[in-house]
Amino acid sequence: MAIVSIEKLCKEYQLGTFTVPALRDMDLTFEEGEYAAIMGPSGSGKSTLLNVLGCLDRPTSGRYFLGDRDVSNLSDDELSYIRGQRIGFIFQSYNLIPQLNIIENIEVPMFYQGWPEGKSEQKARQLADMVGLSDRLKHRPFELSGGQQQRVAIARALANDPLIILADEPTGNLDTESGKDILKLLNSLCEQGKTLIVVTHDAGVGQRAERIIHLLDGRIERIEKNGRHRPEKVETHAQIPPVET
Amino acid sequence: MFWFRLKRTVKLGGKSLWMHRLRSTLTTLGIVFGVCSVIAMLAIGQGASQEAQAAIAKLGSTNVIVKTVKPPATQTITAETESLSQYGLTYDDAESFRETIPNVQVVVPLFRMTEQAWYRMRKAQMDIVGTVPWYPEVAPVHLLRGRFLTAQDMEYRRNVCVVDEQVADQLFIVDDPLGRDIKVKGAYYQVVGVVTSIGATSLGSEDAANMIASDTHASGLIGNVYICLTTFKNIFGETQVQYPGTTRTTERVELQEVTVKVGSIDQIPITQQILESILDRTHTKKDYQVVVPFELLRQARKSKRIYTIVLSSIAAISLLVGGIGIMNIMLASVSERTREIGIRRAMGAKRRDIIFQFLSETVMLTLSGGLLGIIIGILIPYFVTHYSNMPTVVTPLSLILAFGISGAVGIIFGLYPAYRAAHMDPIESLRHE
Ligand SMILES: Nc1ncnc2c1ncn2[C@@H]1O[C@H](COP(=O)(O)OP(=O)(O)O)[C@@H](O)[C@H]1O
Ligand SMILES: [Mg+2]
Repeated sequence: MAIVSIEKLCKEYQLGTFTVPALRDMDLTFEEGEYAAIMGPSGSGKSTLLNVLGCLDRPTSGRYFLGDRDVSNLSDDELSYIRGQRIGFIFQSYNLIPQLNIIENIEVPMFYQGWPEGKSEQKARQLADMVGLSDRLKHRPFELSGGQQQRVAIARALANDPLIILADEPTGNLDTESGKDILKLLNSLCEQGKTLIVVTHDAGVGQRAERIIHLLDGRIERIEKNGRHRPEKVETHAQIPPVET
Repeated sequence: MFWFRLKRTVKLGGKSLWMHRLRSTLTTLGIVFGVCSVIAMLAIGQGASQEAQAAIAKLGSTNVIVKTVKPPATQTITAETESLSQYGLTYDDAESFRETIPNVQVVVPLFRMTEQAWYRMRKAQMDIVGTVPWYPEVAPVHLLRGRFLTAQDMEYRRNVCVVDEQVADQLFIVDDPLGRDIKVKGAYYQVVGVVTSIGATSLGSEDAANMIASDTHASGLIGNVYICLTTFKNIFGETQVQYPGTTRTTERVELQEVTVKVGSIDQIPITQQILESILDRTHTKKDYQVVVPFELLRQARKSKRIYTIVLSSIAAISLLVGGIGIMNIMLASVSERTREIGIRRAMGAKRRDIIFQFLSETVMLTLSGGLLGIIIGILIPYFVTHYSNMPTVVTPLSLILAFGISGAVGIIFGLYPAYRAAHMDPIESLRHE
């Protein structure tokens, strides 16, 4: 079942009198539980796509369905609500809040969803335990290594049981070892049935995904399927958009 | 839910402010000084004004007091000259007041002088007040023990006196003053009653401040002794001889004060007019002064109002300056924490959540500044009173007001930075270094 689908999605940026097209007429769907990678050269529109998928940005035109909801034209408040409720973000630079300790950082999304105090703390502990940081709960982000910080970020991304988890270069700032670590963690999320969309430069990262979506100049260049995972499920919408050159 | 949210926001605000504690402290100084100076000055002003008003009230708001003043010297007194000058209020004046003024309740003539009084081997300087039995109707003296002067005392010029508490305490100490004699200028007076002290009743000038200065303690006097005016005149005579420098002047003054009490405050202006016209007719020299306590009260209230207005303007300016400083720092804080704002927005924070966060942080800053200001503002009047005997009154209203205003300053000057924070683009903020 498609959990994310975009239709004829365009995103343009206005730079003075110039219009910079970042995404052009993009059609794409993601299945529930899918592990997809988005790859492409710099400036090809990966981050823009991820921002639109993450409801941080509205498309210039086209439609975007997230779960059962058309989110292409929502107000700022509604988008905030959707972000908090349905989307988990993992950033390249971890983006933890420096004043808060680990538990409090994990609690941030739950706080804005209005979770009661006890419940959100319990959940945060559980998640910290899951990413293997149960002994660092009261530490502040700067006291942790990059890999550990990224684990916290992953725990935070899971806090609201989001529909999709979006990661922009999650291993970009990490050394190979901790990078592998994080990828393993992401893999395990996928095995738990989470839907994961990862932007990456690293072909090794891409290889772990079921599908690699290659972007070029704001268009889907090709989609590479990687049948290793979930062989029992059949891709229902394999239509590859024509590649314009 | 709201309380949890508030608790979290306050906790986070506290952490963020604590991270920049020096900056936070310096920023709030404007508010601290504004608030503390206002509270301290209000307390001092309130104290002075209450004291002035109490002093004036002591004179009686339905009284008009006419006092003898030494007229400006018309004849030059050369050395070795012996001159006799007669001036001031007379019994006839008092009599014509009583007859002419409508609605007059009582007219109280009074003569006073400072003398050494003896009780056994103890002596002290005190005010000997010659007056009439109905004196308590125009002055706030209350009988504590015994009786006040009576018509018989007056008629028979008895050598009796009434002392006030201070005299009772300081001259008699442990002895019971009733029935004892005190000696003044060689004559003995039997104490028949004890009344409450009123401090100084004499008005040096028309100005309330001077009134306070002529406090009994300040002049080393210990209190008042009341004697019948008739007895007084009998014993002391009416002529005062003074030796200013080498010149010997003999002054003759019949009465030093006449207090006219009328039925109500409304009658004060007309009473004053009549008094002045009577005196104008009979006195060629300007040797009297009309004091209207009610007028003084009005002036005191007016000057208090002016003081309050001036103070409020200073307060408003200092709070404005403090508020602008706080706004400046909050803008800096917002731009430093751009990334945090982006993170929060990505995690589902709505614009109003961000506004709430930064606004509460600003309000926390100003409220803690206000609180500190209140504490210092209470301490300053405390020390002022402690070290200078100046009365101060810290009113609870001024504290509540100061606290409320600090909060309001936080909201007013925090609104714009919070608005800026809430309207930053989430993507841009996340990219911000
Ligand atoms: N805020 C922006 N304003 C103007 N142009 C932008 C903005 N963000 C992205 N772009 C342009 O959109 C295109 C896609 O950018 P981006 O999605 O960041 O690429 P990628 O993440 O793949 O490197 C680029 O040409 C970039 O210059
Ligand atoms: Mg990018």
